[in-house]
Amino acid sequence: MANEVVDHGRRRFLTATTAVVGGIGIVSAAVPFIKSWEPSARAKAAGAPVTQSLAKIEAGQMLAVSWRSLPVFVVNRTPAQLATLPEVDSRLVDPKSNGASAGQQPKYAQNETRSIKPEWLVVVGICTHLGCVPNFVPEIKPEPFDPNWKGGFYCPCHHSRYDLAGRVFNGVPAPKNLEVPPYHFVDDTTIQIGVDPKEAG
Amino acid sequence: MANVFTNIGDWVTERAPGMMPMYRAHMTEYYAPKNFNLWYYFGSLALLVLVNQIVTGIFLTMNYNPSAAGAFDSVQYIMRDVEWGWLIRYMHSTGASLFFVVVFLHMFRGIMYGSYKRPRELVWLLGMLIFLVLMAEAFMGYVLPWGNMSFWGAKVIVSLFGTIPVIGSTLVEWIMGDFLPADATLNRFFALHVIALPIVLLLLVVLHIAALHEVGSNNPDGVEIKKGPKGNRWDALKPSDGIPFHPYYTVKDLVGVGFFLLIAAFIIFFAPTFGGWFLEHDNSIMANNLVTPAEIKPVWYFTPFYAIVRMIPSFAGTAVWGVLAMFGAIAVLFLLPWFDRGKVKSIRYRGTGYKVALGLFVLSFFGLGAVGAGITAEVIPEWFGNVDLTTYENAFGRLMTLIYFGFFAFLWAYTHFGWEKTKPVPERVTTHD
Amino acid sequence: MTKRQLLMKRYIFPVALAFSLIVGSVSANAAEGEGGGLLHAGTNVQDQASLQRGARLFFNYCVGCHSLKYMRYSRIAQDLGLSEQEVMQNLNFTGARFDDPVISHMPAESASKWFGKAPPDLSLEVSAKTADWVYTYLNSFYLDPHSPIGWNNTALPNAAMPFPLWELQGLQTAQMKPAKAGEDPAVEKLVLSQPGKLTPAQFQQATRDLTSFLEYASEPAALERHHYGIWVLLFLAFFTLLAAMLKKEYWKDVH
Repeated sequence: MANEVVDHGRRRFLTATTAVVGGIGIVSAAVPFIKSWEPSARAKAAGAPVTQSLAKIEAGQMLAVSWRSLPVFVVNRTPAQLATLPEVDSRLVDPKSNGASAGQQPKYAQNETRSIKPEWLVVVGICTHLGCVPNFVPEIKPEPFDPNWKGGFYCPCHHSRYDLAGRVFNGVPAPKNLEVPPYHFVDDTTIQIGVDPKEAG
Repeated sequence: MANVFTNIGDWVTERAPGMMPMYRAHMTEYYAPKNFNLWYYFGSLALLVLVNQIVTGIFLTMNYNPSAAGAFDSVQYIMRDVEWGWLIRYMHSTGASLFFVVVFLHMFRGIMYGSYKRPRELVWLLGMLIFLVLMAEAFMGYVLPWGNMSFWGAKVIVSLFGTIPVIGSTLVEWIMGDFLPADATLNRFFALHVIALPIVLLLLVVLHIAALHEVGSNNPDGVEIKKGPKGNRWDALKPSDGIPFHPYYTVKDLVGVGFFLLIAAFIIFFAPTFGGWFLEHDNSIMANNLVTPAEIKPVWYFTPFYAIVRMIPSFAGTAVWGVLAMFGAIAVLFLLPWFDRGKVKSIRYRGTGYKVALGLFVLSFFGLGAVGAGITAEVIPEWFGNVDLTTYENAFGRLMTLIYFGFFAFLWAYTHFGWEKTKPVPERVTTHD
Repeated sequence: MTKRQLLMKRYIFPVALAFSLIVGSVSANAAEGEGGGLLHAGTNVQDQASLQRGARLFFNYCVGCHSLKYMRYSRIAQDLGLSEQEVMQNLNFTGARFDDPVISHMPAESASKWFGKAPPDLSLEVSAKTADWVYTYLNSFYLDPHSPIGWNNTALPNAAMPFPLWELQGLQTAQMKPAKAGEDPAVEKLVLSQPGKLTPAQFQQATRDLTSFLEYASEPAALERHHYGIWVLLFLAFFTLLAAMLKKEYWKDVH
């Protein structure tokens, strides 16, 4: 029975190497499981871009379109409605959408009308407070919640208010302007929600 | 670095003083015989496969739809639309079949080396319970994809219970929750397969290992190391032929794991259906209660037991005898410690009669499997030409059934009447390595 | 026992087991082709060009009646190396969106009325029947004056399906065996009575491509898993080697 001297260095080295390689194996094996939580092809198909014709939306009217299971408000703003936008600037949290709401819209919607074409507003109809769907209140007349109402969106849950460009008013619970999704004009009377103009080429 | 671990160890020990002693008792100071051979890998491999089934099973459940209307489609959804879903599914289906390969080999080890004998009868009984629960778990799992084989397999197996006199048909309806395997059946099998039976299985596995550790492991020589000399290079009071389970068997089992994963990975990535043995062709067709598959056969690991059902004829107006025989085939395994009256544990020192009988038993198991899998039905016309298939198949299958049960009867008589001539059992283990 | 003998003895069993599993699975796969007089399909889903040709055939000749409800156009594009435009222009005749599944517009009730049976979805046809069977089926149509639709098939007698590929193959007729008393005459062999646009060899390749495409449709993951499998096996072999060295080192303690 040969009494060998234990080579502790070799043992430590082999143990460490095997542990590291085994660890790499376990982490690699975990990757497919973690990735299986990513949206499936079915979810991605359901979340695919939505093409919407604008032909039937009359001036002053709103259409709610479903995109990725979200309500997207498409509003055909009249000149009178567009004129109200600069008037309410002083009552807004972030009128130029470059402060707290800097991330709420693509670059091409970071303007006074928060849109590509001035008359067409495209916003996600989810209140930035806690996620309720605001009501479209377009008439320029005094409202119980605001004697100086110039038209916009009013959320019934906790009374947040937005103007006709989806910009949030001061003194309401919601912190940010309504989100503008990626979208572009396929032609003059059709938009596609979900794809930026440059992506569409 | 070591200090962090010692500090954590001390912290835990102050609050749960039994934890570290438990770790020592089951790992670093559990002295296992030093002569474990290849046959001893399958216990730890079974544990590995169990973990695999649970983890992959959980992730499958995240996307599987357990309704008769949606189940089949949801499996295709997993295979095609879910990122890496195909891999998770194949790991689960391959694992299910490999579970039985490993468990059969594990059980065979126990039979060969007499690991079921005193004082390990309880370990054996718990193991047999695990085997029973595993069969139920696998059967229900197979129904879940709701393919045509799932449906018809469920129908046939559940209707076996219909052969029980008096209560049979009520029992079948009660099991299915409907007049045929339907939504109700699928839903309850889902609940049992995903929650109830895995919990029972885990509990039984814990008890099985605990019972083993109470009395210590057997070994290929069947020598009780606790009864031999004391004192080894790690502990003066422990068996001389024992070595600490950790690190020696943990590191050895790791090699076994490596080889096993190589085989499993080959199947998963290059032959996941395994020629139709692991994932059957007919299950690519949705369940259809109007169209029976050309050959209904159970999945491969049930084939020997199913063959026994088919081989026992109906009698006195009832087919229940085949069902009783099938359960009997498992019952005799439960009772093995009491059939075998011999004192010598390991096949290495047992009489020639025992070796022959065990060899025949193994052959009968494969022979019954061939009958149940429809292999004999294919081969008999090829070898014997245009003969009456049923007669030939019955002759072969009944012979195999006789040999299967005969093994236990023989073993009892062989040991009870003292016909066995054993060889002298050594006092110390023989390390062949 | 010498060290070499010891090493051999230790590893021979697992190697033998692995080997027999490989041989078993390969032969099980091969045996499918020999049983029941099926032709050997010879498909190769790794051949992308073959899949593309098969896809074109499918969408030109089959999708009028048969759906592939578990296949999305976008997935076909991705796996076959085709652009969205190529797929939408050349393959999509159903007017579906790019990420929609392939659904035939044949109304099921009309089909049942016309053919006696709704044309089945083919997403899993190769999984259910094997590639050899599908290939044999595609090559076994023949004109049958006794059949209500004018066609019959030796692989699936009295199939309710007319033959869409006759332009390519030509027209096959059956040479019958002399009928025994009281029995229906059986088909002895099929002969090409009228040539089609393709030679017999070209037609066999076309049906091989089509079968390959259907084999792919049965299991799109087959394209991926071979690729990953090689790396996994290499890694595991390396890991096992390391573990074996570690084991050997520690077991020097055990005598």
